[in-house]
Amino acid sequence: MVQYLTSDFDASFAALSDATRRGILEQLGRSDASITELAAKFRMTLTGMKKHVRVLEQAGLVATQKIGRVRTCMLGQRRLEEEAAWIERYRRLWEARFDALDAVVEELKRTEKNAGTHTKK
Amino acid sequence: MKNPTTVERTSDRELLVTRTFNGPAHLVFAAWTRPELLKRWWAPQSFGITFIACEVDPRTGGTYRFVFGHPSSEQPLEFFGKYLEVTPHSRLVWTNEEGGEGGAVTTVTFEERGAETRVVMHDLYPSKEALDDAMASGSTCGFTEAFEQLDVLLVTPGASAEQP
Repeated sequence: MVQYLTSDFDASFAALSDATRRGILEQLGRSDASITELAAKFRMTLTGMKKHVRVLEQAGLVATQKIGRVRTCMLGQRRLEEEAAWIERYRRLWEARFDALDAVVEELKRTEKNAGTHTKK
Repeated sequence: MKNPTTVERTSDRELLVTRTFNGPAHLVFAAWTRPELLKRWWAPQSFGITFIACEVDPRTGGTYRFVFGHPSSEQPLEFFGKYLEVTPHSRLVWTNEEGGEGGAVTTVTFEERGAETRVVMHDLYPSKEALDDAMASGSTCGFTEAFEQLDVLLVTPGASAEQP
């Protein structure tokens, strides 16, 4: 995340300052969509939607791919990296818990072994 | 050497956490179901979290309630739900109801392999939106600030040394 420079944050901030563009991101979070589908959903012209998508694309929030005559929009790398960062934080929480659990299991093993030794005696 | 912990988003609605422990399943299972043992690992010291309450009734239909305190939060964090299945030494299934309808169902399996036990924890959310929301709000862990503290700890040599 460190590699994002101030200009990227500016671009991202500008992209997110518009309610329609925030709506587009929310929509793409549910599923990929073509420009035509997005234009219909947000009741705007194809040209208008293309402009919004271009702003989001420049901010790295949306990626597009043209297959045949259809341009499909999806969440961009930036969003995917946010998800990866969340997963890493979540992994660290569980790692910290499990490291502590290791110590509990070790102690239970010792207690059980000692109890076993005692019964043998 | 610590065993690795892995986390993977296996689908739009699922998260999978896996870890192997160097002990038999009945001991690992006990550590997941006995409150006095749960208290010793569920709220890691390195995260600055403390247990305020740890109530568990580990049987099918039983409930649980965990309440945590954290210096960064005025309100205690509460997690609660119901055990849908408790099969000794092999399987635990519980609901996560603190977040309302968007809560996941957690299934934990304990698989004994020789002297080790592999634990697989599976979170199934009701929808893709529910998991996305949980990720966006951090509600799955609720300890965002704690993670930052951990980041500091992780780069401090000796910080991971075992507590007495």
